[in-house]
Amino acid sequence: MGFWERWRIPIMLAPTMAVIILLFIGGLTYGTLVSLGWQPIIGRTEISLQAYQNILFSEQYASVFWQGLLLTIWVSFASTFLSAVLALATALLLRRSFFGKRLATFLYQLNLPVPHVVAAIGILFLFSQSGLISRTGAQLGLFGYPSDFPVVVKDKFGIGIILSFVWKEVPFVGVIVLAVLQSLGVDYEDLARSLGANRWQRFRYVILPLVMPGLLSGSILVFAFTFGSFEVPAILGVRFPRTLTVTAVRFFRNPDLNARVEGMAISIIISIIVFFLVLGYMWLSRRTIRQD
Amino acid sequence: MTPVSSRPPASKRLARSLHYCAVGLLIFLLLTPLIAFFFNAFSFRWFYPQLFPKEISLRAWESIVAANSKVPEALLNSTILAVGVTLSSVIIGLPAARALGLYSFRGKRVIEFLIISPTIVPGIAVAMGLNINFIRWGLSGNLLGVGLVHLVPVMPYVVLTLSGVFSNYNPEYEQQARSLGAGVLATFWHVTLPAIFPGIVVASLFAYLISWSQYILTFLIGAGQVITMPVLLFSTASGSNNALTAAMSLVFVAPSILILILTARYLSGKSSAIGGFGQL
Repeated sequence: MGFWERWRIPIMLAPTMAVIILLFIGGLTYGTLVSLGWQPIIGRTEISLQAYQNILFSEQYASVFWQGLLLTIWVSFASTFLSAVLALATALLLRRSFFGKRLATFLYQLNLPVPHVVAAIGILFLFSQSGLISRTGAQLGLFGYPSDFPVVVKDKFGIGIILSFVWKEVPFVGVIVLAVLQSLGVDYEDLARSLGANRWQRFRYVILPLVMPGLLSGSILVFAFTFGSFEVPAILGVRFPRTLTVTAVRFFRNPDLNARVEGMAISIIISIIVFFLVLGYMWLSRRTIRQD
Repeated sequence: MTPVSSRPPASKRLARSLHYCAVGLLIFLLLTPLIAFFFNAFSFRWFYPQLFPKEISLRAWESIVAANSKVPEALLNSTILAVGVTLSSVIIGLPAARALGLYSFRGKRVIEFLIISPTIVPGIAVAMGLNINFIRWGLSGNLLGVGLVHLVPVMPYVVLTLSGVFSNYNPEYEQQARSLGAGVLATFWHVTLPAIFPGIVVASLFAYLISWSQYILTFLIGAGQVITMPVLLFSTASGSNNALTAAMSLVFVAPSILILILTARYLSGKSSAIGGFGQL
């Protein structure tokens, strides 16, 4: 075996792995070390859990962290669940053949390249107290003043944040599901129909198991993204509670070096939570699929 | 054509019109946030409760092209970054994608796991860790450093897309070309490239889109020195000039929608790559 045959694969993988190891793993590792108090530049080389202790238990930050965690979990679970359900429903809607299907599918995908910053601004234009929906209501005589319109963006339950994610992610997951549905054809369903399965049975025992893997992998991406997203909760959130990412970036931007370390600790906590939730989710979903 | 005599029964027609209503409602709901941008971008003194702005104005657009506008600089920076990140990510990712698509080897699953892990771990943890070192290495606050960090969310999608293409690729054509006397470069140019071209288009589309839309990594590594379109838009959105925010959003989104329309025919059926849309 020549040199090229032996080393071909490592050499081909090297450039990509250099990016992953140096930038991704390197950044993550260094961030973890700094969050543990390791800052050789200013002469601190001992490892401590002080920053984590401050964030999780100190009187000053504990409520910021725990309330923020609650909001973050609520927002990302609600966004993921609603996106997955609506994506499945809308993909089934667009899958049937009808006049104008190509146009409808094109318009369905139009928001895919729209960045989340823009999505958040769009939701603000629509749902703020003087936004388009409030104005439409006012034209119909429902509201007299902007303050009559309920607070749904910049609200403490994160409704605006969820709306923005759902608007962005329904076509995203929907396109993945639609691609699976189109590759299936109608053979399985025709077979099930000829065996006497009704509409609900065809959905539950034929379509759902087949689209489930795509639906789950799409929703894992949505969950991980919404959990760590910054722009949307920064634009549509309130001062208290803030999502964990927004708090982490605020701490990190603080000129005080201790706050910086605490910001780093929050972002490491976010990564650990996302990692384990995604792992648990994958394990659960594999088990469910196998049972079907 | 269906003859008139065989009109479907009433229940079928009802089901069909219900279906049309549902599709119409869906498209309406998806488009209204986008329509709101056009309303705002051309409005001036748009008082509550007017539904349509009474005064149509180009003020916002004038301030975008005004001499003191930061939009041209931001557009230039965003373009340099997106083009640079796209080209380098495809060059870096192509060999790895080939290795993963064509060969099986020990540790392949670990390598695949490492390459897709940036899609799961939030970018802020990575960017915060890199920030301090990038300051020391002179990579903070400039385009080079920001471009390097953009590679982290981009690489998984480039490698994933291209390795999918290589798994349906037959390398024997290359050997035939070589045995007929073609050099390494000629073989790549005339044999490999045409075969993987659709994959390269899709990989480039996602690399461009992810870099173009990136806010938080640019903000943390650019340290306020690198003004891109998302950075400028975010700070404008924090102000109260809705017309300017809307006009800027349209300028920001237009190239992405145009590029998506131009490349749409390559995109169908590439569900592995579609994941890239979730990172924008």
